[in-house]
Amino acid sequence: MTLANEQNGPAARSDERLKKVSTLTGVLRRPELGAVAGLVLVTVFFLLTANPAMFTLAGVVNFMAPAAQLGILAVGAALLMIGGEFDLSIGSMVAFAGLVFGTALVVWQVPLSLAILVAIAFAVFIGVTNAQLTMRTGLPSFIVTLAFLFILRGLTLVGLKWASGGATQLRGMKEAVADSPLAPLFSGDAFPGLFAWLAEAGIIDTFPNGTPKVPGIPVEILWFVAIALLATWVLLRTRFGNWIFASGGDPRAARKSGVPVARVKTTLFVITALCSTLVAILTVLDAGSTDARRGFQKEFEAIIAAVIGGCLLTGGYGSAIGAFFGSIVFGMVLIGLTYTSIDQDWYLVFLGGMLLTAVVFNNVIRKRVTGER
Amino acid sequence: MSTSQTPLVEVRNLVKHFGSVIALNGVSMNVYPNEVLCLLGDNGAGKSTLINTLAGVHKPTSGDFLVDGQPRLFSGPRDALDAGIATVYQDLAMIPLMSVTRNFFMGREPMVGFGPFKRMNMDEADNVTRDEMHKIGIDVRDPQQAVGTLSGGERQCVAIARAVYFGAKVLILDEPTSALGVAQTSMVLKYINQVRAKGLGVIFITHNVRHAYAVGNRFTVLNRGKTLGTYTKDAIGIEALQNLMAGGKELQSLSEELGGTI
Ligand SMILES: Nc1ncnc2c1ncn2[C@@H]1O[C@H](COP(=O)(O)OP(=O)(O)OP(=O)(O)O)[C@@H](O)[C@H]1O
Ligand SMILES: [Mg+2]
Repeated sequence: MTLANEQNGPAARSDERLKKVSTLTGVLRRPELGAVAGLVLVTVFFLLTANPAMFTLAGVVNFMAPAAQLGILAVGAALLMIGGEFDLSIGSMVAFAGLVFGTALVVWQVPLSLAILVAIAFAVFIGVTNAQLTMRTGLPSFIVTLAFLFILRGLTLVGLKWASGGATQLRGMKEAVADSPLAPLFSGDAFPGLFAWLAEAGIIDTFPNGTPKVPGIPVEILWFVAIALLATWVLLRTRFGNWIFASGGDPRAARKSGVPVARVKTTLFVITALCSTLVAILTVLDAGSTDARRGFQKEFEAIIAAVIGGCLLTGGYGSAIGAFFGSIVFGMVLIGLTYTSIDQDWYLVFLGGMLLTAVVFNNVIRKRVTGER
Repeated sequence: MSTSQTPLVEVRNLVKHFGSVIALNGVSMNVYPNEVLCLLGDNGAGKSTLINTLAGVHKPTSGDFLVDGQPRLFSGPRDALDAGIATVYQDLAMIPLMSVTRNFFMGREPMVGFGPFKRMNMDEADNVTRDEMHKIGIDVRDPQQAVGTLSGGERQCVAIARAVYFGAKVLILDEPTSALGVAQTSMVLKYINQVRAKGLGVIFITHNVRHAYAVGNRFTVLNRGKTLGTYTKDAIGIEALQNLMAGGKELQSLSEELGGTI
């Protein structure tokens, strides 16, 4: 014992069997590394090939808007994937929430605040249903939510015909919220005063008549940034974040260690449904109408963005800020191709290629982190 | 261990079925403050099932379950932890992708800050983890490294250090030394003694009769889901105990064949 004590004396803090880890290796361990690398690659690609207009303020807003709509879904999907579950009903949920929200506004003619509450109530109900079915039956969430992909899409079609008297589109939302004090939170552009001032000062581009080309930041971009930051904080610094990683990493071990796994997973399913609802509200108010194809196939894009962002398909590992960057990559490629002479349909090829690369890359990273043997 | 005390935890006629499997078929045992109860028995006797029930992982099919003399039904392991019962599971209950620190404080995270800015106190958690692991005889090189990268014994030590750190009333150890080196094993036995001296009740499962005899005050022997009996240390010798542990199988002849090495 004395020998051991000599060895483990005051110098015990520096271990001779520990190599100095450089900051670089530390960075290489981060799950979002792949997404950041992808973003850099795509940016360089478009800097070389695209019309320079893509990287003006107007161009950036142009690709950030679709990135934001996808990204809000992707951040929710990422949290759920880290928690060890999938939600394939995200896209259909956007359409369904759009129907509920639109019906409340136009058919029942309730104020915006109440319509939002109704939409939220439905989202909570669907989220809890997904969670309970998954956990009670012990089936993979993949299957349960696949069922809801169809159920919710079908309900939306049926509901739209009922609400609009036979059509698959419901209109008149813009008029319904025209004088609601809450409307600016969910539609239009933020900081118009600042942008007008910037235009006057000659800092940003203007139209010939003096109004700025970009009248403000679209609110969905602000929502996207805020949600990504909040999710990152929750994941890395809070108790609930710790529980998300644990529930996805090994639910049995997590439960034995005192983590309320069922509660964590239920909350995560509700969060993805709420993200879909937010996207529905933003896009419905933006377009002034809702239709049955809203959010079509968004579940796949959201999951791909989360995977590009470093989420493992097996759960327990990933990052919200990675999903943020993954979504921007998506938006850049989708819109960026229009600034080049490349055929836009390459977008789908790119999408699949990116997914494959990300999954292979994540596998390597995981082995590195866990020292898998 | 005067009989006037109430046991910290007590079960009477505990029955646990898994579908058609009868894992426990009427087990009774109790543990008092300031004592080490050794739970002994053959493979498959039902020891882990019993302590999993005590730790809130399983709900008993029938039977009485009392904590501090009051009937209790834990709805999950979190309830048991809140009641001061900490457990080292046979499978350790560690999450391989997460760091040593995050595993150590899983479900018991130290927090700082107020309101919406409440966050995990990572620095303190790292320090406590390093210190507690050092006490048990393991130098954690980096508390932020994933548990999956630790050796089997190191992992077991994290589980033990965690349970000892959080056990307030009862400490349950399910074969805690199965993967440990000589130094770490003696450290764990010393721990068991220290924890008992602090007034906790310890339930210790082992297949090593010498370890059991070294730290145990009483021995409850299980066989095929039933209690074979409970013996105090002065009522039973080490040889008799070993024979009971084997479920009555003839050990003597075997050990002669093997040259008396077991
Ligand atoms: N979840 C379960 N489902 C079905 N049977 C189970 C389950 N858990 C335990 N059993 C059965 O209950 C019996 C007791 O198992 P248990 O794990 O409690 O034994 P043990 O005494 O801890 O053995 P060991 O010394 O090998 O750890 C075994 O026959 C086992 O097959
Ligand atoms: Mg066992």
